[in-house]
Amino acid sequence: MSKYYVNKFLFTVDRNPDYLRRYTEDARTFVATWEQSIGPRLNDAEMSSVHSFTEAEREALINHDYVALFEMGAHFFLNLTIFIGIYDEVFMAKSGPLAFQKEFALRLQDWRDKDYPSVAT
Amino acid sequence: MAQLVATLASTHHPFYLKATTLPPEQQMPQAAEWKRKVEAYRETLARTKPDILVMIGSDHFHQIFLDNCPQFLIGKAPRYDAIFYNEEREFGIPKYVLEGDEAMSGFMHQHLMDQDFDFAFSNELKIDHSIICPIITVRPQNDLPVVPIYTNIFAPPLASPRRFYNLGRAIRKAIDAYPSDKRIAAIGTGHLSLELGGPRQFMETGPDPEFDHRAIEWLRNGDIDAILDNVDHASMAKSGNATHGFLNFILMLGVAGPEGADYVDNLDLFHTMEAYFTWYPKESAA
Repeated sequence: MSKYYVNKFLFTVDRNPDYLRRYTEDARTFVATWEQSIGPRLNDAEMSSVHSFTEAEREALINHDYVALFEMGAHFFLNLTIFIGIYDEVFMAKSGPLAFQKEFALRLQDWRDKDYPSVAT
Repeated sequence: MAQLVATLASTHHPFYLKATTLPPEQQMPQAAEWKRKVEAYRETLARTKPDILVMIGSDHFHQIFLDNCPQFLIGKAPRYDAIFYNEEREFGIPKYVLEGDEAMSGFMHQHLMDQDFDFAFSNELKIDHSIICPIITVRPQNDLPVVPIYTNIFAPPLASPRRFYNLGRAIRKAIDAYPSDKRIAAIGTGHLSLELGGPRQFMETGPDPEFDHRAIEWLRNGDIDAILDNVDHASMAKSGNATHGFLNFILMLGVAGPEGADYVDNLDLFHTMEAYFTWYPKESAA
């Protein structure tokens, strides 16, 4: 498991409008591209060989599965912000302000009175 | 020596600008009250006529990420660009440029190092909404140079509440020792109880209203002993997964010193308690 690499995915995609659009439109293709060409990048010149996704992490990202990502200990801020970027307007048009944020919370209700998975990396 | 003229500690709500500038028919019911409270709070800074703002906030994975994550960092640059693409997208906050004060940043950095706070630093720091929100609320004319200080409230392990308080004390000593005739205001933002990306987010109140009320009373009374007796990382997590932003309030109480606040206000908003505190210094911390 690489919580760090999942967070790196969420971090790099949320901050880049082109990546976010591609992840929104075709997540499976974009996640494959990210693993090949974006994730390993340490900087403009150097590549890193350290991290990779587990199958469960890859599937959670492909499926925009923020519940699974929460349960894996992805950072709560990154996990929320990127999916607000993808779903907020769609939910708002249908059900009003904060509809996506409330749906997000509802799907995590089983965790309400438990210790959450650690976000430490 | 420089003079600390005010210490401000408040929550930072990234939707304030959007909520109060929408056409009136689209505004939330509390928007007018919220604006009135913020504008009253703004006057607690304006009346002190500051020359430089020492600003304490926390990057939300905008410039700083887990590949290189400092606990405490100071900006040392002639100016600071502010607001990242994803903040514009989510919060509707426009881009800003803040003037820096390299001389004071350099002095502050050295003084904190001399007090055994081994700060990271950045000569090219882009600031996020944790520092721009208070510019929007308490200094919207954005006419003063800033010394930005970032704390890690996000990526565990975090420094202890006592360490945050002691850092505030150290920042106060550095301000008091700065060889300048400038008037300095210290402004920091954080959170009371807050949940983000968890099951208790975006409820009608913050995730732990009882904590919020206790925290306001602790800060109103400058009761650092009660805070340190009652608040640790585990208790903050129980109050909401992003409640660790309260650490910046503890830091600001360290800047002010363990004294009652001169101005206290709050506003119960959807999903969060907003709170606004100002201390005027009675004596130097040295």
